[in-house]
Amino acid sequence: MLYIKCPHCGMRSQNEFSYGGDATIKRPELGKEISDQDWDNFVYNRKSLRGKHWELWQHISGCRQWIKVERDTATHEIFKTLKANEEISL
Amino acid sequence: MTQSFRLESGGLINRDKKISFKFNGKNYFGYEGDTLASALIANGVHLIGRSFKYHRPRGFFGAGVDEPYAIVQLYRNGETEPNIKATEQELFEGLEAKSVNCWPSVNFDVGAINNFLKIFLPAGFYYKTFMWPKSFWYKIYEPFIRKAAGLGTASIKHDKERYEHKYEYCDLLITGSGPSGLASAYSAAKNGAKVILAEDKSRFGGTLLTSDVNIGNQSGKEWADSIVSELKEMSNVTVKNRSQVFGYYDHNMLVMSERISDHLPETKKYHPKQRLWYIRAKEVLISSGSIERPIVFGNNDTPGVMLSSAAKEYMKVYGVLVGKKPLVFTNNDSGYETAIEFKKNGVDPIILDTRKEPHSEIIEEAKNMNIDIKNSYVVVAAQGYKKVKSADIAKISDDKEELGSVENIKCDCICVSGFWTPTIHLASQSGNKTKFNEEIDAFVPGTSKQNEKTLGAANGIYTLEETLKDSFEKGNQLSKEITNIDNKVSFPNVVEKKSTVHDKFWCVPLPKGKNYKRFLDFQNDVAVSDIEIALKEGYRSIEHVKRYTTLGMATDQGKTSNLNGLQLVSKIENKVVPAVGHTTFRPPYSPVSIGAIVGREVGKHSKPTRKSPMHSWHEKNNAVFVDAGVWLRPRYYKRGDENLFEASKREAKNVRTNVGVCDVTTLGKIDIKGPDAAELLNRVYTNAWLKLPVGKARYGVMLREDGIVMDDGTTTRISEDHYHMTTTTAQAANVLSHLEYYLQLVWPDLNVNVVSTTEQWAGAAIAGPKSREVLKKLFPNSDVTNEGLPFMGYMEGDLFGVKAKIFRISFSGELAYEVNVESDYGYFMWEKIIEVGEEFGIQPYGTEALSTLRIEMGHVAGSELDGRTIPYDNSLEGLISKKKDFIGKRSLSRKAFAAEDRQKIVGVVPLDKKTSIPEGSHLVKDSNAPLPNPKLGYISASCWSVEHDNPFSLAILKDGKNMIGEKLFVMSPLKNKIIPVEIVSSHYVDPKGERVRS
Repeated sequence: MLYIKCPHCGMRSQNEFSYGGDATIKRPELGKEISDQDWDNFVYNRKSLRGKHWELWQHISGCRQWIKVERDTATHEIFKTLKANEEISL
Repeated sequence: MTQSFRLESGGLINRDKKISFKFNGKNYFGYEGDTLASALIANGVHLIGRSFKYHRPRGFFGAGVDEPYAIVQLYRNGETEPNIKATEQELFEGLEAKSVNCWPSVNFDVGAINNFLKIFLPAGFYYKTFMWPKSFWYKIYEPFIRKAAGLGTASIKHDKERYEHKYEYCDLLITGSGPSGLASAYSAAKNGAKVILAEDKSRFGGTLLTSDVNIGNQSGKEWADSIVSELKEMSNVTVKNRSQVFGYYDHNMLVMSERISDHLPETKKYHPKQRLWYIRAKEVLISSGSIERPIVFGNNDTPGVMLSSAAKEYMKVYGVLVGKKPLVFTNNDSGYETAIEFKKNGVDPIILDTRKEPHSEIIEEAKNMNIDIKNSYVVVAAQGYKKVKSADIAKISDDKEELGSVENIKCDCICVSGFWTPTIHLASQSGNKTKFNEEIDAFVPGTSKQNEKTLGAANGIYTLEETLKDSFEKGNQLSKEITNIDNKVSFPNVVEKKSTVHDKFWCVPLPKGKNYKRFLDFQNDVAVSDIEIALKEGYRSIEHVKRYTTLGMATDQGKTSNLNGLQLVSKIENKVVPAVGHTTFRPPYSPVSIGAIVGREVGKHSKPTRKSPMHSWHEKNNAVFVDAGVWLRPRYYKRGDENLFEASKREAKNVRTNVGVCDVTTLGKIDIKGPDAAELLNRVYTNAWLKLPVGKARYGVMLREDGIVMDDGTTTRISEDHYHMTTTTAQAANVLSHLEYYLQLVWPDLNVNVVSTTEQWAGAAIAGPKSREVLKKLFPNSDVTNEGLPFMGYMEGDLFGVKAKIFRISFSGELAYEVNVESDYGYFMWEKIIEVGEEFGIQPYGTEALSTLRIEMGHVAGSELDGRTIPYDNSLEGLISKKKDFIGKRSLSRKAFAAEDRQKIVGVVPLDKKTSIPEGSHLVKDSNAPLPNPKLGYISASCWSVEHDNPFSLAILKDGKNMIGEKLFVMSPLKNKIIPVEIVSSHYVDPKGERVRS
């Protein structure tokens, strides 16, 4: 079971969190024209990386904040966690 | 009754306390402190079971967790449990055990015919034999395999024992209480670190209990006892026996199973049987020791052939002789220690040493005791069927290829030592990259991936002095880094006998003209010849060889067989062992009971049960409950002999004619506050929200980004910046997370706060033509007329002194209201509603009537909003705003979602107006069409319409908008029903919606 550092609460076990997918996906702006292809990429297409991956987790059984976690999908090593409003530096 | 193999004195058992037990129906006794194995051996019982494949007789091979043979069915306090190792099961008064894998009895086993058919049962036998003919599989092969397979029978009764889970955090977790575990725990504890020391067995001390050593002028056991009692006194240390750390998972989380009551005749009151510990450790010190490996020779599975260390443990710990004419077969000095122990107990052993001229302190001592030692000798084969009677022995050439002439000597046991294999399971599970140590001919931990270190014998260090030094130091160093305290422990004086190098000999060649079975894996009956066949057939990867031959796949996970298997593969393949590599070690290290894994989350406790504040009223009024997610909701209120159908019909009818009240507390409620609350709702819901006035509610539908309907519900504007959102019971948690996601990540500029208030409010829906009359009585000071509180209106009211929220919303199609009060007043509110409603014929109604009412008026719910439908499919397209963007809108213009003949909700009525339509049935054009019959749609919900007094269903039907009036067939192959139906509008009651506005 992963041990995740919530930037608000500290080290917590994985079972307090729920997974939220790729953290680098940006939602297209409301009301803006967008091609079918770009919309599909936003809604469906994900890379499923092996290795370092920025992903979202929500601390649902804790502070309920969404956080950003940089994790290695193969080794499960966690390198860094950020608050929702902190920018990822790739 | 005497115990013919019990020594007069000695051992760590309590000879003052006799314990009687039963094995295979026969009565025996042992002493407190015995295991089932030691007590049976003391009584001269060596035949304990039959092997898995050939049904060959099985005795005892080890004295602990590594035991491959002695697996029994245990009976304790009216319960039975399979897969119990006799070498681990502590004796308790009244214990009963039976042999497994034999019929009709262990002494006469019909399956033993396999032993003579073994030529037909080669490696990969299952894959080769049961392939054809296909028709044989269900009737002949599968029942045969099922009967033959398995080690014992699982109980099908409900387990009345309790199992617990516990979460723990510590600085250092130390797995094993041998010399390395005790030393590291002690020095870490002295530095103030929070330490957990786990010992698998009941006694602490590991090899210190059986080895002839001296630490700080104390015997090994005395030293261990003093360290353990000191550790137990320290508040920063948890010392646990009967506790096995069996799994090493991510981020230094380890799982340990503590057997609290298995050694007692019955579980004490308020105690669990077992407890599973989830331990998050900053550092892990693996001190799991090593397991002796066997040497492979002919018939080496005969009862009486066992590990030499086990023979020593039976003598030193249990005061039991495994035989009175022992043969010790060894390639290293450990066998000598066992021989010396025999000699000390008045038994004359013979040592066969594969080495030519070994010299060491231990060997010298054996010689001085006049023990018969034969150098360059091997056991060629054990003789005897149910017990060793003699051994064929021979001289072996220096190159270990040629055997001299074979002689037969009488013996009643053969104690084997093929040197030691470090127990690296936990290290390997942690992701440690193991390496091969040539010197000890075994794998040891290498590069760590997580925070673990391996100590002592588990790390291939086989001298006590070196082990203690290294362990004291590691314990001190690791704890110092955590606690910043450095209390050095003085190193005790250690006396131990020096030993010399072992002979890298592991398998005795077959004598000419003989083809004895030479077993590698004792539990799965995998012999040298099986591996040879697998390799001949082209299997190369050790992982494939393992699966094809089942080497190391039994419940003992190859603790005694893995390395010899690798040696064989590397020899045939002409590779070095590290090039062959080992198979993956996976948790659990040793079997763990399902009960311990499940813990207390069984039956009703597998999830929380939530009850509304009115629950006890429902109970008192004959409610029959149904699970709605984690909630318990009244399904119907039973009157007299009514069944579900009659009661729900009565309740629904009463709503349509008089008035009913339904507990709607379970609806999800979210409080939304902030200056941008309206903007948030406008982005989340598909319809317009910016102009909703204060004191008004609105129905809304929200989508996922992929255009699928996520949830629906009403949201009410309480004040300028304050909204009260309701969600369906099932989606409440998801909707909250959804809102938080957009507020925190996508639109952090919106100034809005959301919080769940589901549990803060108790809710009652009052529905029916007379509901306004009830409202008037409930709120005499409020204007609840159609003008004062119009449809979709909201007001606050005073319910006999309790502040209430009144919403005029309807889920039933009737004039209806929902009243919310703070949860603590829920019961009071409910009683008042029933009281004032009596004169209007009010009746409570449950979820079944609720469903009936919503289905016949065509209101969608979970069975239509099932994660596969878009608003159009549910006839909700009128709620899609054309003017604004919202979550998921872009998806709705995708081609498939805009198709002309897209599915749509419709009503379905059987032509005979009598036959009920099963939910989930399919709609087809022609009931006689050849299969697969093209499916046009499916029935999502069914009820008995109380308005029309005939069955009515909702369906999601292809091209639904053009299908009204069509005649189709409903097919339910499951219920074997074909029903001719007519497609009608989904609004079966009051299609113009006049009642809700009346």
